[in-house]
Amino acid sequence: MSLRIVVCVKYVPDATGDRRFADDNTTDRDSVDGLLSELDEYGVEQALKIAEASGDAEVTVLTVGPDDAKDALRKALSMGADKAVHVNDDDIHGTDVIGTSAILAKAIEKTGFDLVVCGMASTDGTMGVIPALLSERLGVPQVTLLSEVGVEGGTVKGRRDGDAATELLEASLPAVVSVTDQSGEARYPSFKGIMAAKKKPVESLDLDDLGIEADEVGLAGAWTAVDSATARPARTAGTIVKDEGEGGKQLAEFLASQKFI
Amino acid sequence: MNLELNEEQAAVRELAAGFVNREIVPHAAAWDRAEQVDRGIVKKLGALGFLGLTIPEEYGGSGGDYLSYVLVTEELGRGDSSVRGLMSVSLGLVTKSINAYGSEEQKRRWLPRLCAGEALGCFALTEPGTGSDAGNLSTRAVRDGESGDWVLNGAKMFITNGTWAEVALVFARTGGDDPAQAGHRGVSAFLVPTDTPGLTRTTIHGKLGLRGQPTAELAFEDVRVPHSAMLGEEGKGFAVAMAALAKGRMSVAAGCVGLIQASLDAAVAYATQREQFGKPIAAHQLVQEMLADIKVELDAARLLTWRVADLIERGLPFRAEGSVAKLYASEAAVKAANTALQVYGGYGFVDEYPVGKFVRDARVMTLYEGTSQIQKLLIGRELTGINAF
Repeated sequence: MSLRIVVCVKYVPDATGDRRFADDNTTDRDSVDGLLSELDEYGVEQALKIAEASGDAEVTVLTVGPDDAKDALRKALSMGADKAVHVNDDDIHGTDVIGTSAILAKAIEKTGFDLVVCGMASTDGTMGVIPALLSERLGVPQVTLLSEVGVEGGTVKGRRDGDAATELLEASLPAVVSVTDQSGEARYPSFKGIMAAKKKPVESLDLDDLGIEADEVGLAGAWTAVDSATARPARTAGTIVKDEGEGGKQLAEFLASQKFI
Repeated sequence: MNLELNEEQAAVRELAAGFVNREIVPHAAAWDRAEQVDRGIVKKLGALGFLGLTIPEEYGGSGGDYLSYVLVTEELGRGDSSVRGLMSVSLGLVTKSINAYGSEEQKRRWLPRLCAGEALGCFALTEPGTGSDAGNLSTRAVRDGESGDWVLNGAKMFITNGTWAEVALVFARTGGDDPAQAGHRGVSAFLVPTDTPGLTRTTIHGKLGLRGQPTAELAFEDVRVPHSAMLGEEGKGFAVAMAALAKGRMSVAAGCVGLIQASLDAAVAYATQREQFGKPIAAHQLVQEMLADIKVELDAARLLTWRVADLIERGLPFRAEGSVAKLYASEAAVKAANTALQVYGGYGFVDEYPVGKFVRDARVMTLYEGTSQIQKLLIGRELTGINAF
């Protein structure tokens, strides 16, 4: 039976653009171009590599997001994924990571899976906890932050490079893994891939399809709330301390005045 | 009329732009100094499917339409005209000619490898003594009565990809001294593997621009190829060359559009950053005028080029429009690069900044694949029906 891989991807505001919050303190997705989160490209790449090595696998890319999020799916499909699932519902707006993981878990269960692959974090929220939350919700093992990953038989194996040690980890399938930006450069989509992506199936699901009530998610269902957001003040020229015998003292006074010491 | 890119075209442009920004732009200056682009770039272009654009998938091509081809060519031209030229010649002049005129055997032999970037093609038309007057070429191919092989003798000049190519599309005189077959009537086209004994290739150094591109002189001394190496019919080779060059003009024009875009991007970035008289130089009206001048040239050149792609796609005549686009875009590229350098001032004169290279690379655009003067004669002939060559 073929290996079913689901890759969770996120459509995020381009980090090189001028990112800001909307009036309701959620991420403003309208004023900045979006794209497939770069950290998720690594997830897509590793999923495709595992699929290629297995010879009998199907890679599904899954996202939760507004209409434009289909661009992220399209990119992943043109890289080589086989099909896509897009969960899109107006009531999802403002959902926090707890709610997002609930939606993803339902969609993954509905799709069917042997292996869930995630990036190490999103480039906008940068929470990095979705893999762990999915593992709990799906009731399967998690092997996170891998810089190397592969599937052998019914086992997923990988390497986690930590500051103090390198761990070799494995878990039996089904399982959830996340991969880091050290796991290997993501491939470019090819021209053929772009043309082929157009013909690949993209399934659209809403909350009803997943059996999720609107009040479980969205701003109202969020466990956390952003009370206010303030743009970082523009960088100022700073203070230049000229050493004319009293430099050390002046530095100390400056640091004290800024409450660093 | 709809000038909006469709979803695939937009995706292809984004793919090409991302590739160019990561794999070409950071290296362009070094490749220029070394007089050689990284040869690995050819395989990468092949892997992306760029070297198989518009070629059927059954021969290893990527399919796709001519606007996609133009968009990719623009992006490569924005990154490095040397890389763009590699593709324009290998795909635009050679691969497409084999696809259009080749026998099934010739297509099977060459197209998959050319599309994959495992092989490059070069287009050997120009000779030391014939440039614009290509129909008067003097390289000869004589048929060996016993074996039926063709034996080529002569020389070719300024051949892009010459030293890297595995196959040369060579135009040679097969009409002998027969006056009825003088000029372009006695020319045939041959696909010559470049490892054929008797073919020597010499790199041409000291070019003003396109330094990263391998440009060569080819010498043929009793180079023997079988009759099956002939592309198209005997005596119809000049039509093969002209058909290739007609579409090639769109390719050069698209490369020029990319070069103008690069010039504009660089000029705008510098003008908004560099301060003189206490404000960014972009706040001076004479500098803004230069930026606006480049922008107008960019849009005009791009629209003329896209029109050619549209005509080809719809199966309509495009030769005159191709000459219009090539003439305009190449002249505009020279002006735009020069104007961008003016915006940079003295810094533009050193190769730490990219605009000096733009000026050097732009200069050849009005010279090759038909000089500006030849384009005007082609346009004039189209308008009047009178051949003024």
